[in-house]
Amino acid sequence: MTDALLSVRNLRVEFPTRRGVLTAIDDVSFDIMPGEVLGVVGESGAGKSLTGAAIIGLLEPPGRIAGGEILLKGERIDNLGVEPMRRIRGKRIGMVFQDPLTSLNPLYTVAQQLIETIRTHADISEGEARKKAIALLDRVGIPAAARRIDDYPHHFSGGMRQRVVIALALCAEPELVIADEPTTALDVSVQSQIIDLIKEICAERGAAVMLITHDMGVIAETADRVAVLYAGRIAEIGPVRQVITAPEHPYTAGLMGSIPTLTQTDARLVQIPGAMPRLNAIPQGCAFNPRCEKAFDRCFKERPTPVVRNADGRKVACWLYDAIDTAAKEQANG
Amino acid sequence: MADALLKIENLTRYFDISKPFLNRMLERDEKQFLTAVADVSFEIKRGETFALVGESGSGKSTIAKLVVGLLAASEGNIEFDGHKMTGTSGTEMRDLRRRFQMIFQDPFASLNPRWRVGDIIAEPIHTFGLLKGADVTNRVGELLDTVGLSAKDAEKFPHEFSGGQRQRIAIARALSSKPEFIVCDEPTSALDVSVQAQILNLMKDLQDEMGLTYLFISHDLSVVRHMANRIGVLYLGRLVEVADGKTLFSAPQHPYTQMLLDAVPDLALSGRRRKPVDGEIPNPINPPSGCAFHPRCPLAMDRCKVDAPHQVATETGYAACFALEAEAKAS
Repeated sequence: MTDALLSVRNLRVEFPTRRGVLTAIDDVSFDIMPGEVLGVVGESGAGKSLTGAAIIGLLEPPGRIAGGEILLKGERIDNLGVEPMRRIRGKRIGMVFQDPLTSLNPLYTVAQQLIETIRTHADISEGEARKKAIALLDRVGIPAAARRIDDYPHHFSGGMRQRVVIALALCAEPELVIADEPTTALDVSVQSQIIDLIKEICAERGAAVMLITHDMGVIAETADRVAVLYAGRIAEIGPVRQVITAPEHPYTAGLMGSIPTLTQTDARLVQIPGAMPRLNAIPQGCAFNPRCEKAFDRCFKERPTPVVRNADGRKVACWLYDAIDTAAKEQANG
Repeated sequence: MADALLKIENLTRYFDISKPFLNRMLERDEKQFLTAVADVSFEIKRGETFALVGESGSGKSTIAKLVVGLLAASEGNIEFDGHKMTGTSGTEMRDLRRRFQMIFQDPFASLNPRWRVGDIIAEPIHTFGLLKGADVTNRVGELLDTVGLSAKDAEKFPHEFSGGQRQRIAIARALSSKPEFIVCDEPTSALDVSVQAQILNLMKDLQDEMGLTYLFISHDLSVVRHMANRIGVLYLGRLVEVADGKTLFSAPQHPYTQMLLDAVPDLALSGRRRKPVDGEIPNPINPPSGCAFHPRCPLAMDRCKVDAPHQVATETGYAACFALEAEAKAS
């Protein structure tokens, strides 16, 4: 696909340690179309945040990209030097982190931080940058933006701080925003406000969003497509409605069943036995095989690769499913 | 009611957050208090799960600590099985304490990293002098078995376990003094969903087997829906609504409860249009006058800004709201 905004191909991230190399992300491929919201879900340690960090070039050493390509509008960005990458970061790819308190500098006012960011990426005067910053704060829903812009981060509540962070991520009008657990530190009532804001404002500006979260509910409400990660690999990827209402991979099915819902009765929750393997003990074959009820011989020997399941681009990495020959099917239909 | 195991009446707790004495003198400041829990009353019947939900700063954890005696109440009464807990001390209190235990939120912080798991679980047994010698080891093995670990794990240290397993250890410790009542303060919010399901199922099984009573504290409405028979909704330290689990979710009465339910992301993709939620929890140091919820409330009237609302009986509990009171009078 050539029209993808961001294309991740066979990405592999490794951490060399004294006791051998740990593979945290193993052969992950996905595309993000312009203006699309791609949700990335998984439990802690599945490699969600690392995928985001790898894309934006913020892997903490000794972590490194050991294989694969990351393409932004067809250009490789995984092998760029520090300086060219710095120009892409913020300008073309914005980032919203989980904790709004640590992603803002407590010693500078919100105005200073916004103006600095705007002027780094655009050649405009300080006065103009300030006007732009106020307009942005106003847009993200901060009341009395013109007055509050000179406040320090600690003057704002958690939800308001996250709004400031969103303004910061958007101030250079990036094509892609990577939001890493943007609502995890917030209360439910504020969470829904922030989700709505991210969705609205990105649609308005035509920015694509990669939404990293552990919360399926957030994905269901926000994303167009969702990728389910397990032990650094993609288990299932596809349109959000299909994946949530009819999960195919046993892990996705277990995950959906284990979430208590508001409507269900007192029935027991589906439970997946065990826990996700540690990086130094990922089993041979399919990484999910020790916890999978449906595992058979092949699962313990060979690792499944994602196979295309339908014309909507749904892919599942599980030996239970065969690839559907979409070309043949289309011919039959046509 | 005779079968109430825990009875809480007009419980209030404030914290002194004044500046140091000298600063106060120099700056002529008054003493400042933060009211974390204001006039909260509820009852928990034997064998049921009562849940408290609320956003951060609503006083959930403070109530948990007050109930188990980690904090002293400023005003009000806590009665456990007919015994007053405020003002009781010595042997009587010690005897009471054996009968309730607590499970904390963060299993990484609530287990001593330098103790072996066996010692951690045996501590309440030793403290209350329940068993001696080899019986203790056997009992610890049994407990580990009950929570889905193996007796051999007693030799290990907490760092050898994952988050979910650690929470199982914390549950085993809570069970070791054979309590009737367990306070669970966000027991699964540090865990992943698949592990959360394991722990919630375990807690339900244990309740069925041992007839435990839970006070279950959580900010996650769907978890609460799954676990609780009765639910209390807290806002800024005030109990705004109490109702049966089913009723609360099918027919929420208080506007805040309605707002909270609306804010829960819709996993069923039913296309339910959510009402936008306005505003955030105000600062508890200077709570709004009258009904604490009035600045965010769609139904707020003039009266809500002045007076604090009283409890109005609803189908299965009560709610504190003037709008409901007016409705009740009209009908």
